[in-house]
Amino acid sequence: MKKVEAIIRPEKLEQVKRALEKRGFFPMTVTEVRGRGAQKGICLQFRGKKIEVDLIPKVRIDMVVPDSDVTPIIEIIRAEGRTGKNGDGKIFITHVEMVAAVRTDEIIMV
Amino acid sequence: MPIDSGDTAFILICTAMVMLMTPGVGLFYGGMVRKKNLISMIALAFIAFSLVTIQWTCVGYSLAFGSDIGGFIGGLDFLGLTGVGMDGEGIPDLLFMAFQLVFAGLTLAILTSGIAERIKLGSFIVFGLLWTTLVYDPLAHWAWGGGWAATLGALDFAGGTVVHISSGFGALALALVIGKRVGFGQYSMEPHNIPMTLLGGALLWFGWFGFNAGSALAANGLAASAFVVTNISAAAGALAWMGASWINGKPSSLGMISGGLAGLVAITPAAGFVNPLAAIVIGVVAGLLCYAALLFRVRKGLDESLDAWAVHGMGGLWGALATGIFATAAIGGVDGLIYGNPGQFVIQAIDAFVAMGYAFGVTLVLAKLVDMTIGLRVTEEEEYVGLDIAQHGESISA
Repeated sequence: MKKVEAIIRPEKLEQVKRALEKRGFFPMTVTEVRGRGAQKGICLQFRGKKIEVDLIPKVRIDMVVPDSDVTPIIEIIRAEGRTGKNGDGKIFITHVEMVAAVRTDEIIMV
Repeated sequence: MPIDSGDTAFILICTAMVMLMTPGVGLFYGGMVRKKNLISMIALAFIAFSLVTIQWTCVGYSLAFGSDIGGFIGGLDFLGLTGVGMDGEGIPDLLFMAFQLVFAGLTLAILTSGIAERIKLGSFIVFGLLWTTLVYDPLAHWAWGGGWAATLGALDFAGGTVVHISSGFGALALALVIGKRVGFGQYSMEPHNIPMTLLGGALLWFGWFGFNAGSALAANGLAASAFVVTNISAAAGALAWMGASWINGKPSSLGMISGGLAGLVAITPAAGFVNPLAAIVIGVVAGLLCYAALLFRVRKGLDESLDAWAVHGMGGLWGALATGIFATAAIGGVDGLIYGNPGQFVIQAIDAFVAMGYAFGVTLVLAKLVDMTIGLRVTEEEEYVGLDIAQHGESISA
């Protein structure tokens, strides 16, 4: 099992969500977050006066999936979430040791 | 006619109620934009009101209500409120001036629908001053200051053409010049705070009693009649739009309050001339017509973002025509089409279409002028960050 943690543009959420749905990747947790990447946010110029906007609103999608699903999910998020400009986001993949359901006693050890 | 203390008390209160409609518009619009533009949207309403206050004091009141020049504009007799004093016909001239001022301020605030989430503040200030001077003031003069529309016998009780047709069709012209928001039609731009829009709607509905009943300019039976039909039309509009959207899916609260506003807009010119049953018809048609106009706008891919055109423009147009249909001499001294006076309907149509063409055309020219000189739009990067931070250096996020 792997955890896919994608940080994307908020305005791309609907698009990404629908595309994932279409391919059968349904369960996800979505969080509104703010952050910055390598570009240190956005710098607005006002007639010489600078305004730094260093924490930009993004959306985080968390999904825990079988290893084999990771590559297609990355492809979908890239295809739908990309604008080509700075700030499109990142996808992190981490190993998941255990998944325990709350409603039942089911435990998936990986 | 000496000053009447009852009338004066009533119009003072009505003036304050109409003032509250301007921040009401700010909240109404603010709930419908994205979170990053909320401060901007509310601020634009306050700024519009402040700008127009100063403009009205210096020249606007004189251009609208000064001695008539060619039926088109008022003279400069009241520049800087010279000769506008504490005496008057029933109410002090100063109070009449203030009552008219709050209408002018509100109208510019309604116009911000067409430029939401992408307007440069400095450009809005320049454009707003030009617009209120060259569009609002002549229109106010035509209807209420002794201009050609009044001479022709056009009925506009509280500003169907002056406030709503002008701001609605003006917003459409402005939206065409400034262009769509980045990403419009590509990704969702859902309203971020519907309760805030409902709160704005509540302030508008409440303020509208001052707007329409106060337009009787006296605390009398006509004011009561205007008050009653205003409420009826609003309720009918709210239910009609809600019903129509129910057939198309869910009965959204946003549709309901938009319908309420459509009913309020449409009854505005008719408030002092029609009876309660006519108000039901006016409200129902307004709700359905404005909803259809909104659907049309969306189909055409027009980004007149917050639907001033669909609600105020089309609602105002319908209201002006409806006044010519349903007016009854029993209430306002003039009969309309269904009471055997088709001439009144023709006059209303001429008035409405001229106002529409003038507001749209002149707004288009002014917007182009400002766009070509100082530019109406913020940069794409500023638009992405949002106008709260980009224009005001403030943010509602912690």
